[in-house]
Amino acid sequence: MAQIKVEALDKSFGAFHAVKSASFTVEDGQFLCLLGPSGCGKTTTLRMIAGLELPTSGTIRLDGEDVTMNRASARDIAFVFQLFALYPHMNVRRNIGFPLKCEGISAAERDRRVVEAARILRISHLLDRSVSGLAGGDRQRVALGRAIVRKPKCFLMDEPLGALDTEMREAMIHELRSLHDRLGATTVYVTHDQLEAMAMADRIAVMNNGVVEQVASPRDIYDRPASLFVADFIGSPPMNFLPFRSGLQTGAEAIRLGERDVAIPAAREAMVESELVLGVRPEHVRFTDRGMVRGEVYGTEYLGTTQIVTVTTHYGALKARSPSSRSFRTGETVGLDFRPDTLSIFDKASGRAIRTALHEGGAHG
Amino acid sequence: MTSATTAHSVVEPSITTRRFAGSLVVLYAVITMIPLVWIMLTAFKSPDDAISYPPKVMFKPSLEGFCNLFTTRSRQTPEFIRSLGPPQGLCDSIARSRNMVVAGPSNYVPRFINSLIIAFGSTVLAVALGTLSAYGFSRFRVPLKDDLLFFILSTRMMPPIAVAIPIYLMYRTIGLSDTRLGMILLYTSVNVSLAVWLLKGFIDEIPREYEEAAMIDGYTRFQAFVKVVLPQATTGIAATAIFCLIFAWNEYAFAVLLTSGNAQTAPPFIPIIIGEGGQDWPAVAAGTTLFLVPIVVFTVLLRKHLLRGITFGAVRK
Repeated sequence: MAQIKVEALDKSFGAFHAVKSASFTVEDGQFLCLLGPSGCGKTTTLRMIAGLELPTSGTIRLDGEDVTMNRASARDIAFVFQLFALYPHMNVRRNIGFPLKCEGISAAERDRRVVEAARILRISHLLDRSVSGLAGGDRQRVALGRAIVRKPKCFLMDEPLGALDTEMREAMIHELRSLHDRLGATTVYVTHDQLEAMAMADRIAVMNNGVVEQVASPRDIYDRPASLFVADFIGSPPMNFLPFRSGLQTGAEAIRLGERDVAIPAAREAMVESELVLGVRPEHVRFTDRGMVRGEVYGTEYLGTTQIVTVTTHYGALKARSPSSRSFRTGETVGLDFRPDTLSIFDKASGRAIRTALHEGGAHG
Repeated sequence: MTSATTAHSVVEPSITTRRFAGSLVVLYAVITMIPLVWIMLTAFKSPDDAISYPPKVMFKPSLEGFCNLFTTRSRQTPEFIRSLGPPQGLCDSIARSRNMVVAGPSNYVPRFINSLIIAFGSTVLAVALGTLSAYGFSRFRVPLKDDLLFFILSTRMMPPIAVAIPIYLMYRTIGLSDTRLGMILLYTSVNVSLAVWLLKGFIDEIPREYEEAAMIDGYTRFQAFVKVVLPQATTGIAATAIFCLIFAWNEYAFAVLLTSGNAQTAPPFIPIIIGEGGQDWPAVAAGTTLFLVPIVVFTVLLRKHLLRGITFGAVRK
């Protein structure tokens, strides 16, 4: 297993700049998710690590060794494709054994390792079946079998659960993570599904428009988003944004929002007067009659134990998570309050989060 | 009564429609088969039956056509024939009944062998070159790709015979006239554009992930091509091979122009048979009948690939 270090990776396809100076490190045995909307460059980044695309500039190191320009076959990595890419003209056994055949491993040893991989993935009973007759989940296991049979330096997975139905997906998320733990494998996993990333990853790299916006643990990504994009992309419903115009002193513990002061985590940098955005997670909005923001209930969305209440305010529609025991009438006037220690502040022009006390202690680990 | 309660289906054709469609297909098959059947019948007729009017459908089968196809004969006086020993084999006795003796084998077999070598040789070459270039066009960023592909296609836009004279002169100068190699090269160059275009369609349909998976598993691109792409392209390769073979096998105009002896193929040879001692239609028909066999055998062998292949990959998995 190995550490993967990506430094200032750039990739252009003609005029299209797919990946812009991406840098991150995946430590030995870590599970990193590349998360972002489609077209953000996450798959291209993964394919460059695999050697299926060559970067325009930048370096990729596997265990310190520069492999940037090495052929895919010379990198000793395994790749799991979204559509599995099982060879249709081979049965399950030959599919799993295919990478070993290339290394010239004897038939007996090959068979031993194929059987072992099949046992780990619980597909021993399928070994002599044709791959075309397999169900989605089993195909996925065969694809994983082909990846683990060779004991490669790391696993790269390109939305491997994208082609499965929801139920199968849930099961495979847990299976994949426990497989990762058992093998201690360094894994880079591409997905556009934040729930998958949150459930599986040790660390998440959020990408947008070819730029890595933030690399951090799932908790930090959620609680301390580094940019407006991350705050908006992660969380369902996403973070509420309240635009305001103000300057900021280092150490300031409140901002002026309309007529009222709103307590915030103490600012750790100063800002000249500019357009700023206050970010509030729906679960950090409280209903109180003395609230600093007032608005009208627009509608509610029942989710079982909680409900999402949409409130029309001076700052636009805000979403709040409330216990479903409380009932709201459409059109009712409510007051809203925010939990001060959880608020984020962003610079609207750059989208960057402004450093505050929020980012201290366990931040950016 | 189940039939009365069954709802009218929107997608399933009605019995009447199916019968009508079926009879159209049968009718078409019969019409296209008539000339073939007539040729095969004629092959087994005696020369008199072959030219009788009205044409005979019922007749006494004879192998005279095949004998005349495979032998050359010379006319002799009855006295000379009587002075010979007993006839050697069937053909000899048929010839003697017409006051002739078998002089030797005809050129049909060597011409047929030329046809086999040239047609299969050029097919193998065209398909091999076509597969490689189609793969290249399908997978790599080739500069001027669209222009090159159009150029390759444009070689099919004129009838090949339009360049017959320049090719004839070229071949004479460089010594390729009347050689098997020359004919193989010629048919290959005509077929290769068809092969590139057909195969590119098939290879485009094979997801790149298969090769990428193989390359990550440690194979070189060429190994991945051989082990992963080729097995999946067999359908397309089979269909392309049949089209190429049919062209090379049936080609007449260039064969007449460029071959006369050593490398002459069967198509220009078969009509020549007419001239040898009267209008010997049964011999011509016999030659044609045998000429059809290799294509039929080849097509039957590859038919399971063809069923999907002829749709040009229009059907997605």
